[in-house]
Amino acid sequence: MDLENVDSRRGIDAPEAGYHPNLKKRGRIGRLWRQIFQFATVVSMIALVALVLNIVNDAFGYAAIENEIAPETLSVTGVSIEKLPQEDLVKILEANVSRGLMRRLENDQSFILRTRENVYDLVIERVVEPSVVEQWSLFESIFKRGMIFSIAAEKYPEAEVRFESWLDIQFIKSPQSGDAIRSGVKTAILGSLWTIMIAFLFAFPVGVGAAIYLEEYAPDNFLNRVIRTNINNLAGVPSIIYGILGLAIFVRALDTITSGAIFGYADATTANGRTILSAGLTLGLLIMPLIIINAQEAIRAVPNTLRQASIGLGATQWQTTLHHVLPSALPGILTGTILAVSRAIGETAPLVVVGASTFITVDPENVFSKFTTLPIQIYQWTSRPQDVFHNIAAAAILVLLFLLLAMNATAIFLRNKYSRKY
Amino acid sequence: MNAAKKRGLPGEGGPSQTLRKQYRVGETIIQGFLFICGMLSILITIGIVFELGKESLLFFSKQQWENTNKIIDENISDSMTLLALSESGAALHQGGIIKIDDEIMEIAAINGSSITVVRGFQNSEIATHLAGQEIYTGSRVTLKEFFTKTEWNPQIGKFGISALVNATLITSVIAILVAIPLGLSVAIYLSEYASDRFREVLKPILELLAGIPTVVYGYFALTFMTPLLRTIFGDGVVNIYNTASAGIVIGILILPMVSSMSEDALRAVPRSLREASYALGATKLETAIRVVVPAALSGIAAAFIIAISRAIGETMIVAIAAGAGPAFTFNPFDAAETMTGHIVRISGGDLSYDTVDYNSIFAIGLLLFVMTLCLNIFSQFIVRRFREEY
Repeated sequence: MDLENVDSRRGIDAPEAGYHPNLKKRGRIGRLWRQIFQFATVVSMIALVALVLNIVNDAFGYAAIENEIAPETLSVTGVSIEKLPQEDLVKILEANVSRGLMRRLENDQSFILRTRENVYDLVIERVVEPSVVEQWSLFESIFKRGMIFSIAAEKYPEAEVRFESWLDIQFIKSPQSGDAIRSGVKTAILGSLWTIMIAFLFAFPVGVGAAIYLEEYAPDNFLNRVIRTNINNLAGVPSIIYGILGLAIFVRALDTITSGAIFGYADATTANGRTILSAGLTLGLLIMPLIIINAQEAIRAVPNTLRQASIGLGATQWQTTLHHVLPSALPGILTGTILAVSRAIGETAPLVVVGASTFITVDPENVFSKFTTLPIQIYQWTSRPQDVFHNIAAAAILVLLFLLLAMNATAIFLRNKYSRKY
Repeated sequence: MNAAKKRGLPGEGGPSQTLRKQYRVGETIIQGFLFICGMLSILITIGIVFELGKESLLFFSKQQWENTNKIIDENISDSMTLLALSESGAALHQGGIIKIDDEIMEIAAINGSSITVVRGFQNSEIATHLAGQEIYTGSRVTLKEFFTKTEWNPQIGKFGISALVNATLITSVIAILVAIPLGLSVAIYLSEYASDRFREVLKPILELLAGIPTVVYGYFALTFMTPLLRTIFGDGVVNIYNTASAGIVIGILILPMVSSMSEDALRAVPRSLREASYALGATKLETAIRVVVPAALSGIAAAFIIAISRAIGETMIVAIAAGAGPAFTFNPFDAAETMTGHIVRISGGDLSYDTVDYNSIFAIGLLLFVMTLCLNIFSQFIVRRFREEY
């Protein structure tokens, strides 16, 4: 239905021009604004598409990689180092690195016990020492391929130019490293999973409990009205405030519990309370209002007839809630919880304040370990001045977005599969 | 009744049952647990207010000591009140507080390079001091200084929060200038003009985008928006870190929220109102602007205010793209640190407790909390007060 056009096509204004003197003008203004609205929508879409493209653009592309020592010179009797047996690789290491380093490596793990892959990685890391001297974005790599090769040949005659997918299996499997090309997100992914698990275990029971209380038990009195308003306000508090709260309470006041000292984990490196447990509890506080609000909505959607039927049959309030209300509301509650948890995965600011580690290469072992998470990693790499860290930040963003997409898809799937219509 | 009693209840031969409500311990415990869960949200709020308030009080009440680079020229016994000081260093003023070792004194008078003091000020212990001790002046952050001064550098005793608030306001205003016209236009287009199918595709996309972590937007600001601004306005004009880029990207961040919430409000306006308007001869635009938008105004206003509050509290975008260092500037192309950005930068790494920096983040946090809380309460008030029920 397009009224502007309808008006002018019928030409109501033609025979009785005096009656509708401004109809044409009104129609014109209407069409103009329609185009403005349409244009605004297109502009918004472009901005959002640019966001995604910009990340993909940085996560892939040609890179010029220079080796300290060319791998070909290391080959023994014509066999390239990829195919050399372990003993020869150890010999290469011995010949090229200092004795102190060799002893340290031997102390970490005896060379006899190491796998061939491990020794090969050491040779690449310590002897060949590849480093990125320049890198190009995906668009440049596609449209200006020739130019890239000629520039690289001119500026870095030694360098190998190859198409680098910054996001690859090795990137997901490796721990953090000071060198961009070997850096990975394994520690960060594990840290993210640990923290959201704690956040979930803390916030889900309490959040759902609060929602049940407010919807099924709470009489309409002053206290409960205060609780309701308060939950809405908590949902609007900036996340960094939760970080400050976590710093004051979990990291500082409850230091002995969150550092694990009370349970006998007297690890000097983590004893200051800046642990996975503190981070998880902080995120738990952050998502609790969201879980409560979503669970309340899901419980409210359960029709009253169900409750009345159950209570009419002699069930108690709790039996009614447990056996009838909760099973019906569960898909809604789970969907809401997943959305809340996916918000927790992406949170950065509160974790910086709570004290995420800037550089750790050790995987977290328990809730009293130091931690880093994916968003923290992205933040740190983005803050580095070297461009190559922006590339791996983009790759880490893709990992994070993939994780979020998977969770959101699960939420939508749950909603569609189990939602009941009454 | 009697007959029923004689016959007994169903379940013949079994023990007679009472139908009176039974007291169940388990139910009471569960109900108690649920009540505690509900109360926890209150506890969180109290926790936020208490912790922020407590540490902020410390921030405003604790003396900050600053080295004057002056030393005592002669030994001071515990009865002396006239002290001879070296000429060099910062100037002292009458009524000021100084500290030598652990003793605090108040300056009663200044004559040349020697001063008359009141000993044992603020219940500190009166002691003897040897020549060569350094003298510290104490200053206390006053609320007036906190809100009126424009330089923020706690390490050297500058506590003008307006440097940070100003940057927050600049990024927020830019964000609002981007998000509100665009967001409202998108909302009007989706609700009044777009086909159902287009809307069904676009709405979930908008909601999905609202779920992208803000650190990703921060990356976008630094690696896309800043270079874009620099190519448009020139490298000399636009700093690598600037509030304009951060503000625009915050605008893009809150855009899906503004458009999604406003669209919900517009769609909630009943169709009969639109049809009445058409019947009176209004065009589609006139219907949208003069009938539908005013009818949905409370919802739209609430969306705007929540968006503003979100823009003020937004952290990662400004931490990455707006710059690291407080600066009082009105130029959006200059680097300036916002309140949230400052908190993140200061607390990154190991922040030691009971330092100026530690206390100051609570004072900034309290101000931020109060600002966003007022906006949120205001938006709830608008919805309740001006809501049109159809």
